[in-house]
Amino acid sequence: MAAGIDQAPGRHTGPGRRTSARPGRATPSGRTQAERRLARKMVAPALTVMALVAAFPIAYAVWLSMNQYSLRQSGLSRFVGLNNYISALTSGEWWTAMGQTFIFTAFSVSLEIVLGIGLALLLNMAFRGRGLLRTVVLVPYAVLTVVSAITWRTMFEPNLGLVTTVLNALGLPGGDVVWLGEPGYAMAVIVLADVWKTAPFVALLVLAGLQVIPTDVYEAAELDGAGKWKTFLNITLPLLKPAIVLAAIFRTLDALRVFDLPFVLTRGANGTESMSMLAYRELRENRLVGEGSALSILTFITVMVVSLIYIRFAGGNIRAVAEEKE
Amino acid sequence: MSTAQGTVAALPAAAPRPARKVRRPRNAGPGPFLWLIIVAVMAFSLVPFYWLLNTSLKAGSALSSGELFPSAPTLANYVTVFQDGDFLLSIRNSVIIAVSATAIAMVFASFAAYALARLRMRRKAFLLALILSVTTFPAIAIAAPLFSIWTQIGLYDTLLGVIIPKLTFALPLAIYTLTSFFREIPRELEESAYMDGASPFQAFYRVILPLAVPGLATTAILVFISVWNEFLLPVTLTSSPEARPVPVAIAFFSGTSEFDQPLGTISAASIIITIPLVILVLVCQKRIVSGLTAGAVKG
Repeated sequence: MAAGIDQAPGRHTGPGRRTSARPGRATPSGRTQAERRLARKMVAPALTVMALVAAFPIAYAVWLSMNQYSLRQSGLSRFVGLNNYISALTSGEWWTAMGQTFIFTAFSVSLEIVLGIGLALLLNMAFRGRGLLRTVVLVPYAVLTVVSAITWRTMFEPNLGLVTTVLNALGLPGGDVVWLGEPGYAMAVIVLADVWKTAPFVALLVLAGLQVIPTDVYEAAELDGAGKWKTFLNITLPLLKPAIVLAAIFRTLDALRVFDLPFVLTRGANGTESMSMLAYRELRENRLVGEGSALSILTFITVMVVSLIYIRFAGGNIRAVAEEKE
Repeated sequence: MSTAQGTVAALPAAAPRPARKVRRPRNAGPGPFLWLIIVAVMAFSLVPFYWLLNTSLKAGSALSSGELFPSAPTLANYVTVFQDGDFLLSIRNSVIIAVSATAIAMVFASFAAYALARLRMRRKAFLLALILSVTTFPAIAIAAPLFSIWTQIGLYDTLLGVIIPKLTFALPLAIYTLTSFFREIPRELEESAYMDGASPFQAFYRVILPLAVPGLATTAILVFISVWNEFLLPVTLTSSPEARPVPVAIAFFSGTSEFDQPLGTISAASIIITIPLVILVLVCQKRIVSGLTAGAVKG
């Protein structure tokens, strides 16, 4: 996310914002020097930790991915170059997992954005019980993702589940479907569990965006005789765009890493194996560290490519947010 | 949007609003159609929980019936969970892992975030972007190499072996959230500390840090929840009950016997583990909302 947001130190951004942000101008440059030294000292420990727990493992994973290395036979390790990548990219498994992850991401993120916007608009209205509604929708956020998976499993169990019970009681078809046992339905349950847990998060971000829209723009729209729908489409939505884009980025990058939900609900069966799950399976169950690392790096690259695409197409919004932060 | 200077952190949705020019809700109240939606939203949020609770109160043959209310409710599943030494061990492990990772992350992050928020520094935006980009790493890309290293140096299947990689995601989250909070503290406070002859570090330590306690608490809660919830690292890096945290223990719950349909027990364990977290979220609701949206939308 660094593209284009690097800037001269001390550059002042944000109109009318924090004009006292440059105390150094009025004070001797000795303090500027002291501040810079202190800043380096304060950031260094955190950066060292980050290098050890983030940069080093990724670099080591790249090395491992170019070796044939099995935990089954100790000592067996040899450099194989890009062979692990070639075999991953020529196997159907990787592309299947990637496709399934993208399907999951597309459905869950778009549902979360739409429901999140609706929920935010609802929470922005004045009515009795608004506080209660906000509390209620926040509850799923408190739940472990694993527990959210188990919760939805109880909902969709063949005999025990509420869904089956309701369908049978109403005499509707589908009472005999084993929801988690069929490819399309299994994916749908996983999407539902994800939406249930994270739509409130999107709603909170959008609500925060709604609450900083000044009233006068609505008054102006009313004077111009714009209807409710037109006002929403032409005023609210454009002003909310930065918040929506940010929520979409957060959710997309999270959804591409999906692991917990399919792990608990299907163990990756019935067309629900994600990229992370495939890498995990090679690594932990098949004990193929080289192949597993190659798949992890491919997952990493996929997520990074999607981030870059977002920055490319929504770069203005991200830059606005980042610069405002500076 | 630059007219409204309010940061999100200062916008509690339920608390009385400060006198500021924000959009007031314009409708007097929702009509019957909207009430229907409100009820539907609440049902969608809560009914699955009810069903989990319902399942946890069933045992034996009741577990294969979809009764809306258990005809013979039993606490047998809860007794089983509390008698399961492995499950209790996993709670201990989760507490140790989440508390240690949060504490370590908070110490390193509070220094770094202050520098990034307040001090003059070169390449500040680049550093912040770099740190933020780590939060997008897929955990599997960390777990795969660590699985290999940990097995060689004996950290595999240990609590320390889980705590260390938790920092990969806890630290950037803490830095990012804290940076937003430090920015909200008025600069005049540091200026007056400087006037009194304080060094920049003393200004941070004596003046800003005590004032940032609410922000530190909020950040700690968010980091704690995220560490507590994260599943992939411990599932990859542990194999025995001695090191497994709660999410992994629940995912691998096998019931009292192999032939037992453990869904009742799993549901009871899920309910037990969810209640304290729901209470935490309800009590700290305002903090959590402000933390989640901190820095997301600046006026």
